[in-house]
Amino acid sequence: MNAREEVLRRVRAARPAEQVVVPRDYEVAREPDDLVELLVDRLVDYKATVHRCTGDGLAGTLAEVLAGTERIVVPSGVPQEWLSAYQGDVMRDEPRPLAVADLDAPGIAVVTGCAVVVAETGTLILDAGPDQGRRALTLVPDHHICVVHNGQIVAGVPQALRRLADPTRPLTLVSGPSATSDIELNRVEGVHGPRRLDVVIVDR
Amino acid sequence: MTGTGNIVARKAFPAAAKEKLTDTQLRANLRRATHTIRDKRLRVVGEVPDWEALRVAGAAIKDDVLSRLPELLERFEAAATAAGAVVHWARDAAEAAALVTDLVQATGTTEVVKIKSMATQEIGLNEELEAAGIAAVETDLAELIVQLAGDTPSHILVPAIHYNRSQIRDIFTRNGLSALTDDPPALAEAARRHLRAKFLSAKVAISGANFAVAESGTLVVVESEGNGRMCLTLPETLISVVGIEKLVPTFRDLEVFLQLLPRSSTGERMNPYTSLWTGVTPGDGPRTVHIVLVDNGRTDTLADEVGRQALRCIRCSACLNVCPVYERVGGHAYGSVYPGPIGAILSPQMSGEGANSTLPYASTLCGACYDACPVRINIPEVLVHLRQTGPHPAAERAAMRALSWTMRSRRRYAAALRAARRGAAPVRWATGGKVRRLPWPMSAWTAARDAPLPPKQTFREWWARERA
Ligand code: SF4
Repeated sequence: MNAREEVLRRVRAARPAEQVVVPRDYEVAREPDDLVELLVDRLVDYKATVHRCTGDGLAGTLAEVLAGTERIVVPSGVPQEWLSAYQGDVMRDEPRPLAVADLDAPGIAVVTGCAVVVAETGTLILDAGPDQGRRALTLVPDHHICVVHNGQIVAGVPQALRRLADPTRPLTLVSGPSATSDIELNRVEGVHGPRRLDVVIVDR
Repeated sequence: MTGTGNIVARKAFPAAAKEKLTDTQLRANLRRATHTIRDKRLRVVGEVPDWEALRVAGAAIKDDVLSRLPELLERFEAAATAAGAVVHWARDAAEAAALVTDLVQATGTTEVVKIKSMATQEIGLNEELEAAGIAAVETDLAELIVQLAGDTPSHILVPAIHYNRSQIRDIFTRNGLSALTDDPPALAEAARRHLRAKFLSAKVAISGANFAVAESGTLVVVESEGNGRMCLTLPETLISVVGIEKLVPTFRDLEVFLQLLPRSSTGERMNPYTSLWTGVTPGDGPRTVHIVLVDNGRTDTLADEVGRQALRCIRCSACLNVCPVYERVGGHAYGSVYPGPIGAILSPQMSGEGANSTLPYASTLCGACYDACPVRINIPEVLVHLRQTGPHPAAERAAMRALSWTMRSRRRYAAALRAARRGAAPVRWATGGKVRRLPWPMSAWTAARDAPLPPKQTFREWWARERA
């Protein structure tokens, strides 16, 4: 018998016979009073820097956040208008994907959108959509700037996962900058992922 | 079949614990770390109004998985294969480690980067790779510390919990990693510099998985530092070692576990990074994806009606952090990669008898672990069950035989009590009411505790006098 058949045979022999009904009495749709306030509180708590602007002010806000950054990378789907006020170099991850060395260059920042955001946990969910790109783009650069439109914000994890168009796309949940709890079980920021995380919330 | 690998203790718990108890630095480090995390956990759990409902749902989802495991495994295999992954199966630790080693050798590389994974520790993968001339670089900060120190992990989430910051800096310095101070951010920076080049050049990465979604073939890795993302994204080949109990039926079930796990483990509302991937995605991440499904004693555990609830475990480590025994002896005393309360019920069940048979006694049955467990594993219940069904020590058997002979006759029983009281009188005078050491077989009891002396009169005598 090969390993697959043997493991399956053992599982069949050992598993319990009873059927289990899963009680789902937990909340799936909480509606806090001020979603954006809650999100800002949680992001700041986990050491992200938060900026707020209107749709018209987005380009100006991004230019301010990027002041001093000479070069940025962006995924193919980031709209040209977002960067219209930015003075530095823009490298797009198309038509040919950028080399890892380009992403790792000192001082590089990456600007993306996101798929959905969880206010209660301060979590940005990236689903590799056109304005987010492949996973390496938001990982290798040391500085990530993420644009959130306020319609993308939901209260809790259940609402957020239900909003995702296709859960089989590569997904990354980002809550604050890279951190570790490995030294004396205290959270400290800054290990392998981007050490700076700026979140720009666009109010309608 | 019985599990093998790094889940079998080489030394019985009582002897190992005795040694560890003399290490005051260890106890101070553990006390500090576990108390920090306890407070954080309570705070963030208190924020969630439906926490109990989530725990109940989490436990039930896992029970459902166990009862439908054969069909869910097949569904997972089919979905992952359709998405471009290659699924392998392994009966035990040796088979799994050999399989992964073959897969790495086929790529021709001699160095792999690793994400912290309990499953790969369990199967002894690093040792096996090393024997084949392949260096396995641990990239999780705590794993790296333990690897550089030539030590073994002592906690399932924070393998280096037994070291404090200045000890960590010393380990770094000895291994040529320079940290300016012993400030945690400086130590993290040193690790970042050390591993950056390895991430960017590695051809093969090895991971475990926190969850495996049966309906879609998706794997989930929950982490903090971004080393996981590096390993999952940059190398060409990814090999994931997954215990068969890691399944959840549907993507929707993650809405429960992604709330339960981070709050229970690091006491955060959400860990910094969680990655989900389904097979191969062209243009994004590895081009070759292998998944190794491992039994290694899990089906043995599944067969036990009371003990099988241990397979619900999502390895959050909350039970370790609240355990008064773990806090004092640390993870190494348990002798298995699974220490603490969960280890005390999981290791003996997965590995069968041997040195692990003392593990169900490594507890005071206080129940703190059960209260903390996000999937409601009744650890005290399983401990008692394992004590009842497991092998009993010779001393206990001899003492129980003598007791049962005495208690079978009222005359013998009364005489024994009289003798005990008479014998106790001078001892009470000398010791003040406690005995620290009794002769065999009762010495087995007093090795770790004091024995009380018999009272001056029995209940029957008191009753007769009061009612006279
Ligand atoms: S037994 Fe429960 S508390 Fe302990 S590690 Fe597993 S899930 Fe966490």
